[in-house]
Amino acid sequence: MITLAVLAVLLPFAGAAAGLLGSRVPRGRTSARTARRRAAWFAVLPVAISAVAASWMAARQAIGGGEIAGTLAEIETGSVPVSVGLQVGGLSALVGVLVTVVALAVQVYSVGYMRDDPRYPSYSAFISLFTSAMLLVVYAGDLIVLYVGWEIMGLCSYLLIGHWWEDRANSRAAVKAFLVTRLGDVGFLFGIFTLGLSAGSFRIDDVLSADLPRGTLVAATMLLLAGVAGKSAQVPLHTWLPDAMAGPTPISALIHAATMVAAGVFVVARLYPAFLAAQPTLDVLAVLAAVGMLGAALAALAQDDLKRVLAYSTISQLALMAGALAAGSEHAAIFHLVTHGAFKALLFLCAGVVIHHVGSNLISHMGGLRTALPVTFWAMTIGFAALAGLPPASGFFSKDAVIAAIERSHGPAQPFLYGCALVTVGVTGAYAARAWLRTFFGSRRTGAPDRRGGHGGHPVPRSMLWPVALLAVPALALGFAGVRELDWESAATSVVIALLGAGVVYALWRAAPEQDPARVLGPFRAPCERAFYLDTVYDRLVTRPVLRLARGVVRADERVVDGAVRGSGRAAVGLSGVLRLAQNGNAQLYVTGLLAGVLLIAVAVVVLG
Amino acid sequence: MSWIPIAMLAVPLLGAAALLLPRFAGGPSHRYGLAVSGVTLALAVVLVAAFDYGDAARTQFATDLPWIPGLALRFHLGVDGVSLPLVVLTALLTFLCFVHLAGRPPHRPRALVFTLLVLETGIIGTFLALDLLLFFVFFEVVLVPMYFVIAIWGGPGRRAAAVKFILYTLLGSAVLLLGLLVVWAQAGTLDMVALARGGGAGIARSAQIAAFLAIGVGLAVKAPMWPLHTWLPDAHTEAPTVGSVLLAGVLLKMGTYGFARIAIPILPEGAAAVAPWLGALAVVGIVYGSLACLAQRDLKRMIAYSSVGHMGFVLLGFATLTPVGVNAALFGNVAHGLITGLLFFLAGAVKDRYGTADMERLGGGMLRRLPYIGSLLTFACVASLGLPGLAGFWGEMLALFGAFRPAAALSRPLFLVFMAIGGLGTVLTAAYFLRMLSRVTHGSPAVPEGPPVTSAEEIREILGDEGPVEPVAAGTAVTAAVAEESAAVLAPPAEPVGGRAALRDVTAYELAAWVPLVVLTLLFGLWPKSLLAITTPAVQAILSGVGS
Repeated sequence: MITLAVLAVLLPFAGAAAGLLGSRVPRGRTSARTARRRAAWFAVLPVAISAVAASWMAARQAIGGGEIAGTLAEIETGSVPVSVGLQVGGLSALVGVLVTVVALAVQVYSVGYMRDDPRYPSYSAFISLFTSAMLLVVYAGDLIVLYVGWEIMGLCSYLLIGHWWEDRANSRAAVKAFLVTRLGDVGFLFGIFTLGLSAGSFRIDDVLSADLPRGTLVAATMLLLAGVAGKSAQVPLHTWLPDAMAGPTPISALIHAATMVAAGVFVVARLYPAFLAAQPTLDVLAVLAAVGMLGAALAALAQDDLKRVLAYSTISQLALMAGALAAGSEHAAIFHLVTHGAFKALLFLCAGVVIHHVGSNLISHMGGLRTALPVTFWAMTIGFAALAGLPPASGFFSKDAVIAAIERSHGPAQPFLYGCALVTVGVTGAYAARAWLRTFFGSRRTGAPDRRGGHGGHPVPRSMLWPVALLAVPALALGFAGVRELDWESAATSVVIALLGAGVVYALWRAAPEQDPARVLGPFRAPCERAFYLDTVYDRLVTRPVLRLARGVVRADERVVDGAVRGSGRAAVGLSGVLRLAQNGNAQLYVTGLLAGVLLIAVAVVVLG
Repeated sequence: MSWIPIAMLAVPLLGAAALLLPRFAGGPSHRYGLAVSGVTLALAVVLVAAFDYGDAARTQFATDLPWIPGLALRFHLGVDGVSLPLVVLTALLTFLCFVHLAGRPPHRPRALVFTLLVLETGIIGTFLALDLLLFFVFFEVVLVPMYFVIAIWGGPGRRAAAVKFILYTLLGSAVLLLGLLVVWAQAGTLDMVALARGGGAGIARSAQIAAFLAIGVGLAVKAPMWPLHTWLPDAHTEAPTVGSVLLAGVLLKMGTYGFARIAIPILPEGAAAVAPWLGALAVVGIVYGSLACLAQRDLKRMIAYSSVGHMGFVLLGFATLTPVGVNAALFGNVAHGLITGLLFFLAGAVKDRYGTADMERLGGGMLRRLPYIGSLLTFACVASLGLPGLAGFWGEMLALFGAFRPAAALSRPLFLVFMAIGGLGTVLTAAYFLRMLSRVTHGSPAVPEGPPVTSAEEIREILGDEGPVEPVAAGTAVTAAVAEESAAVLAPPAEPVGGRAALRDVTAYELAAWVPLVVLTLLFGLWPKSLLAITTPAVQAILSGVGS
């Protein structure tokens, strides 16, 4: 059975290698068309097999098949060994299915979306590599193995955000994403060290079963939280995610909405016993989640770029999951993770269709698309309903589970978290309604030229619509898996609040369809649009001082450190110059010196003797 | 089988000596160099195959002959788990340098081949020597050919850089010799194996500290450790590509190897006393080197400074005095040799094509103009910034892990601070590499600020290959090639060919020189056990005296 897990991880990796190296062989005689077709096969086929393997393992888990685990090798490090092993439990199996299915949908969708892109082979290979790395994280049985996958995901994210690297802005966004997440990952690695060294093993099972002192657990989980905040785009390390929307839309769907950003939440759930034993960490998580969910929702309300709306909504929804974890319900968090993965991927793929059609990212360029894109309209309606938590879409059930869990919890931060969560539900309804109304209703506005030079009205290829239709099914129906645990009272509350938020936006929109309902924010709108100026603050407090320090170091290196070296060289030369005065080649001077010496010695002998 | 180490020294040395014969004057020396270094590499492969991995801590293939009996000096060679990877790395990198030269013949080829072969003898000798004075002799032998490589085949500032290099490192060697003599005077033997087995027995604590300081400073100059690093950026920047590759790839390792082979096992008490200082300077080097890289304009100079940061991780590993730390240092050594070797090859290729390594003048869009070289540069940078799954990661990660719990004799809070600073250093490392990639490989090449210079070597490559030749370059190329054949000397760089001439992407020779490094980087990254299994037993033997 473990072979199946290994296969699921390795097949996309092999697909990535084949796509990168084999698409254009033999070089010069392979037409771009052949290369694309070959790359598409290398991309889709391995992920499809992985998806089957992952589903098989999940099905086996569901009928009570027990855990699948296996260790390939132990690597001696001189201290705590690293065991290269995989382990597929219930949680891993479930998330594995989510990852492979969304990856498959995105690969199929990309065949159409990236039809005109000359670098499609490398693009699809990086998605395959990402899928492989994410599966490694999900199935890892050892913390170091998990960390390896964790960082490779970061690299793929960097490469894919920067896919259109001709534009400097994309390049900057890619670098920012890598560096911000890497900053968190340093903490994550130190957290792994703390757990591994205290437990004497990096194996997750051993770590969780070890009886560790509370102080150690608090320190370790706090450090892990830094990495989680980085990867899952939580306050204060969330600033990379909105910029990451510079990447191709399918990447936003796969990596920056459905899977990679959920990895942080997944890791907390995977190591949940350790977190439960460290209440201070959960309190910190609760505060961060509360601030993050409300702040990001408000920012989403004010954005004009459709993808940035969805990006901020991702931050907000991930914070909701983090809130559920802080409230002690990993079940609710994972439930929302899975439904969110489905409906957010759907929303992004729909947004991709819309952007492809209109030729612009900006909502102010859209409008009245209901008739032109009927399939997309209905799919996106489902997606927005799920996002706002309206029944019967999946988000209704999972969000209810989260809100109910937060309501029932008792921590010092609980009232704050619960209050923020309820307000967030209202704001979410508002921004979902705003995006939906302004994209699909009202009159058609003119589009701006897009990056591929077209002017809108692009026909939508079929390979883009199939994944949309396919993903709409789980986005609508996944929630019924949790229908039995529905808490009707809290569900009714949150639906009412969400409808209230949506209703305010609808009223404003009805009053003036041409104007942006975000004007409801009043003077608060500019700060929301700029996400509360956090980027500026980081730029002033971190980026610029570091660059100034770097220039200072170069100057100091030149003048002080190397100056000392050159100075000693000059001093030696100068000193020898003084000595050289005596060696002037004048024989009279030498003889005088000799005689003076003899005289001195003679006097010394007489006086001292 | 103990003839292999001797043969590994004899082959390049005799090969160099044979070049002095008159019949080699003007001949195709690079092919000769390729053959000789190929034989050496084959011997290294035999060594790898015949090595007994079950007993990696033991000295194998030992040769122990009296050399100068009056001084108790012995010709003592051998290999164990610490030196084996470095010996193979040296043979491999030298061979790859000759592959590179075969594709891009230098001026005065016979002299360069001679110099590189002597250099190879010296480096391999340093890693094989098991007698303190023999080690020192080989350590010094290396300096002279390196001086000539920089001074003759280097860039415009080569003379000053070469003089700085040799004076600085000679000064370090003098201090190293003092330290070795203190050990000899106190312990009464020069045999490294016996000394390491004794673990500092018979050497007073104060003498150990003094000897460790002297030896440590001597090795730290070579490594290099902050603040003794300033010879390195100049030497690396001015040296020709093969010089930079060997300098960064293996020469620096002689310094760190000395810590693992001499300083720590022979002087454990001295090591324990000095380790906090070593660790402090190491982490200062990590952060300082990274910050210096962040503000560099020159590609080669940036890679040179990155070595200061990476060697900081290696030295931090040693400073922890734990098996995991020393393992990290040895792993980091090999990884840095592979990755930085590749980086310098690539920087050299970029400089050959654009005529400059200045990032401002390179402009952007290398991924468009030179897709293969741009991609390989991205790979090498990502490997160098320590991405898991590639070789650079394990050295850094294990060094930090070693600092998380250092040897019992050391202060843990202090090393936790070192670990935290080192962790920040990894972020800064990522920052400067990604910033460089963003500036050089991304963007569009629309506005090249400096006209590309097409050198005569490159044109010959273009003509030698059936690949499509850019029409503007072709005209110049033909004349240049004709002139070159008649003169049998390389012509000075041809006139700049237009503002945006097509540049030749990777050549077959370059690919042959780079692919082994890429493959090994992937292998050690994905399967670190292949290296750790060799070093771990040896490391435990080294640290038996420290008592951790």
